Amino acid sequence: MRKLSLLKRKEPLSDTQLLMTITIGIFFVMYILAMILLGGGFLHAQQLFDMLNDNASLIIVSCGLTIVMIGGGIDISVGAVTSLTVMSCALYLNSGGSLIASMLIAIGIGLAFGLVQGFLISYLEIQPFIVTLAGMFFARGMTTILSVNPQKANHKAFAALREKKIKIDALGYRAKNGNLVPGTIEIGVVVAIVCVILVFLLLKNIRLGRNIYAMGGNQQSALMLGINVKRTRFMSYLISGLLSGVAGYVFLMHTGAGNATNAAGMEMNAIASAIIGGTLLTGGVGNVIGTFFGTLSLTTIKKIVVSSGLNAPWWQSITTGGMLCFFILLQSVVLGRRAKKKKT
Amino acid sequence: MQEECLLTMRRIDKRFPGVLALNGVDFTLRAGEIHALMGENGAGKSTLIKVLTGVYQMDGGEIRVEGERIAIHSPQDAQNKGISTVYQEITLCPNLTVAENMFIGRDGGAWVRQRELERRADALLTRLGIPARSTQLLGSCSLAVQQMVAIARAVDMKCKVLILDEPTSSLDEKEVQRLFDLMRDLKSRGVGIIFVTHFLDQVYEVSDRITVLRNGELVGEYLTEELPQLQLVSKMIGKELEELSYLGETEEKKTASAETFYEAEGLSSSDALPFDFSIRKGEVNGFTGLLGSGRSESVRAIFGADKVTGGTVRVNGKPAKILRPIDAMKHGIGYLAEDRKRDGIIAELSVRENIILALQVMNGMFRPISRSESEAFADEYIKVLNIKTASRETPVGSLSGGNQQKVILARWLLTHPDYLILDEPTRGIDVGTKLEIQKLVLKLAEEGVSVTFISSEVEEMLRTCSRLIVMRDRHVVGELTGKDLNQTQVMKTIAGGEA
Amino acid sequence: MKKNGRKLSFAGLGQLTIPLIAIALLVVFNLIRDPGFFSIGISHNNNGNAVLSGNIISIINGASELAVLAMGMTLVTAACGGQDISVGAAAAIAGSVFVKVLKAGASITAGTVILAFLCSCLVAMIFGMFNGTLVAVFRIQPMIATLILYTCGRSVAYWINGGATPTVSSPIVTGIGSFIPGIPIPTPVIIVAVTAILFKLLFRFTALGLFTQSVGINGSAARLNGINEKFIKLLSFVILGVCVSIAGCIGVSRLGLINHETLLIDIEMDTILAVAIGGNNLGGGKFKLSGSIIGAYVIQMLTITLYAMKVSSTDVKAYKAVVIILLVVIGSPVIKERFAGWAARLRGRSKKVSVKGAEE
Repeated sequence: MRKLSLLKRKEPLSDTQLLMTITIGIFFVMYILAMILLGGGFLHAQQLFDMLNDNASLIIVSCGLTIVMIGGGIDISVGAVTSLTVMSCALYLNSGGSLIASMLIAIGIGLAFGLVQGFLISYLEIQPFIVTLAGMFFARGMTTILSVNPQKANHKAFAALREKKIKIDALGYRAKNGNLVPGTIEIGVVVAIVCVILVFLLLKNIRLGRNIYAMGGNQQSALMLGINVKRTRFMSYLISGLLSGVAGYVFLMHTGAGNATNAAGMEMNAIASAIIGGTLLTGGVGNVIGTFFGTLSLTTIKKIVVSSGLNAPWWQSITTGGMLCFFILLQSVVLGRRAKKKKT
Repeated sequence: MQEECLLTMRRIDKRFPGVLALNGVDFTLRAGEIHALMGENGAGKSTLIKVLTGVYQMDGGEIRVEGERIAIHSPQDAQNKGISTVYQEITLCPNLTVAENMFIGRDGGAWVRQRELERRADALLTRLGIPARSTQLLGSCSLAVQQMVAIARAVDMKCKVLILDEPTSSLDEKEVQRLFDLMRDLKSRGVGIIFVTHFLDQVYEVSDRITVLRNGELVGEYLTEELPQLQLVSKMIGKELEELSYLGETEEKKTASAETFYEAEGLSSSDALPFDFSIRKGEVNGFTGLLGSGRSESVRAIFGADKVTGGTVRVNGKPAKILRPIDAMKHGIGYLAEDRKRDGIIAELSVRENIILALQVMNGMFRPISRSESEAFADEYIKVLNIKTASRETPVGSLSGGNQQKVILARWLLTHPDYLILDEPTRGIDVGTKLEIQKLVLKLAEEGVSVTFISSEVEEMLRTCSRLIVMRDRHVVGELTGKDLNQTQVMKTIAGGEA
Repeated sequence: MKKNGRKLSFAGLGQLTIPLIAIALLVVFNLIRDPGFFSIGISHNNNGNAVLSGNIISIINGASELAVLAMGMTLVTAACGGQDISVGAAAAIAGSVFVKVLKAGASITAGTVILAFLCSCLVAMIFGMFNGTLVAVFRIQPMIATLILYTCGRSVAYWINGGATPTVSSPIVTGIGSFIPGIPIPTPVIIVAVTAILFKLLFRFTALGLFTQSVGINGSAARLNGINEKFIKLLSFVILGVCVSIAGCIGVSRLGLINHETLLIDIEMDTILAVAIGGNNLGGGKFKLSGSIIGAYVIQMLTITLYAMKVSSTDVKAYKAVVIILLVVIGSPVIKERFAGWAARLRGRSKKVSVKGAEE
């Protein structure tokens, strides 16, 4: 394995790799600085675990969105679909349904949205922004039609599933009363990481994934190379929908309740994660590992803001905006310089 | 007709709204031959190719490969049936690696075995002598190499018919030779190659047979060795040679006045190396050289189209600062860009709006040209330049290439420029319009307008220009006037044969 | 001139077909459902003024902010080939500035209101310039560039408000938000009309329309013809900034308070939708302002119709989505092509086709 990676080194970093490396680098620098300067929670592994626990569904959604964005599209329905899934599954579980069926419902809702949106975008050639905007409206509306009030999932098997957590004593820490609090990772995180790995493999080693890159890089060329662009695009939205469904279930496992305002603004957080991770909206460039670290960076900055005593409620999103601005400008400058270099 | 017919196309028809692009065209390709498909722009070459590769669906006729009648529904379909194409503009994905570009979009399992593909790609690249690594990003290769990768892809697909559409237009001499070696190599393996180009020398160097199209119809099929170059040209343009030289005989090249209009010293831009240049009032001069020799970049620097990095400029004897196009326009300079689609027309706007654009810009944002005024301008120039359009409100994108070019010419003429730079104004337009444009240039010069004319066709420049500036490798290597203005001398200077 | 005018309106109808059909359908639907739906009456509001009332008035009135924003958005879309998704957040900022300045003075007079509006305008233009710089100079896609302000704009508004939701009570502000005594037409409607006229004058007396379309269709060619591409893009964002400020001030005046969380919430999506329903290409280029304005009224009409059908305000979105999809599916080139093909072959079948397309 090592030899192979050394061999690969021969090639200069591609845009994808370069942007991703920058993001990962900045994340680690940020985290280490937080450990040194702020200490406190950042010194415990649990801080990282919490970040993952809280954002497992966001990571999954971002994975799907990254696929769509690499293909040169956009899907802003992801947050709403997640929310709809959460509510539907909560209601279904409360009506006494089975655990497996609830999972199937989650996947089914995601696939249904992916199917319809993908069809409209790829085969009827309607602008993706409009289609997924309508999808977002529809999902949000359906969520409130299902229930305006929060629905706590009172389901035995589900509660048992929620309770299943990975506990690692070695990464725990001593609470003030001296008890050992083991490092806790929720199942959702495992699902999220599996999703990241699967999407990574899909994009790297599966024909469909490479076709998505080709399509995003130059649609006309992709067509000329004999790629079925319509089907490829359709599949990208289908996968994004599917992952939104999965994210919904993970969200429900995390919160245990459905709420009309669930996952509000998640689509924009997902887009931000993807962008910070080095995915370009123009398509053809991006990587799901970058997106994963994009989500973590986004979360870390919020945690840092809270820990450093900027308690006023506006600071979190202002710093998030600032960070987004920084990354967007960085990308613009880095890619701009590269383009110039290539020319001469 | 003893040879085995690899590909036969019979009575191919293709209709576009309002145009019959192909009218009962026959084409035959034999195994192991290089067959040049010739014709002026608009003759139907690219339409025929696109029918063959499934980009367009034909309206009538039949296609047979190895005697078997086939229908081609899409580019992918064509590939699967052994017909591969390498287009003029690169149609690969720059954001993927060389190996991926060679294997993507082809049948195979869902799982991409990257290592194996890279090994196979490397083997093939070495065999064909293509200087690229399989793991390299395609975007980091030169255009020539990208083109060769496209050919390698076709070769690996075991194509029977390989179509090369203007493959040499962006290559230098050495790269062209390498490409020809590759073509001969493939020919010896029994591949039938359709070679589309506008370089006549190359046709004679490499092809075995020539098919000529004109106005969407077949003129004929000839063995290359039996068709002299001059005859080929007259078959392509459908005019006798005397007619061609008509312009040169009747129009006397006027010697311009001695007054210098524009003068640049050490002018350079982000894309052009420093050069000196001057033009007198009413003079027609030209930049010549191969594609990529820096001729376009130089005139772009004059117009301020690229970032100007240095040099002093004098217009009418007074120092001038021309850093952006608007500066040049204010000094009475107009520029017709090389790439009409990308830099010229605003496709979705009407003919009228396209014509008044430059004048409007010069008037400024706050002095809009009134509707009735702009209509009068448009009508005037549609008549003067004989622009064929349904109405002045027709989107310019729906006009033919020649008429689009005339609209842009009208745009600049409307500003009443003192100096007009025309970069390849005759590219991709029919012969009739070409002559019209050449005449117009001479007429403008008579009226005292300075013109710089660039054309790939040296003959055209010899007919219009009284002075030629020759460029090679981004440097000015010579200046020809008077009796030096002849094809041989120009070619010699371009090729570097001057003393 | 007259002949040309007719030609223009004919050419324009192509683009306006879908929104006009949508309005017609909604009108017919409402008339069938409730023949009195569009009746206009005169009622007396709390101040005892005679004012127009009725569903049609509330539609036209309610769409005011949307219509103003849609006009600005059309320009940005045309020039940059992308959309500004930060208009809602920017409007919250503009509204906050408006209130802040109003509250700074001792009393609220017409003068302070104008001053406050100008201040909010200035701030909104500065934010517009920020977005515009990212798009024009750094060449970032508009949606990504404006994502920054979208993320943090409402928090900035909250910060300006000092962590509260201050109220303003003044007859002048109320007048802007509802009715000016003696005038039976809602003030926001008048503001929209004035804005539309200003836009019309802007296009009449400058070449902005031609330049914007040139930049949007072919930036490279526009540049080589001497158009300052960056300036045009920047300008479109600054003009949108003015629209944002107008919309924000209307929104604040309606309620008499600034709530950074709820002021014009989700309006960015509706705005983009209005532009799209108006038949404008979201990829930039040619545009028609009237289309976007009609688009805004289509959206509002739909909303009011749904309200009238006792659909709760939170559920409206779902129905809206269905109608939007119907509209864009009918308008999609593929369906049109198929439709034309089928219609040519079998005239009787054409009806089924549209129904099938709708289901999908």
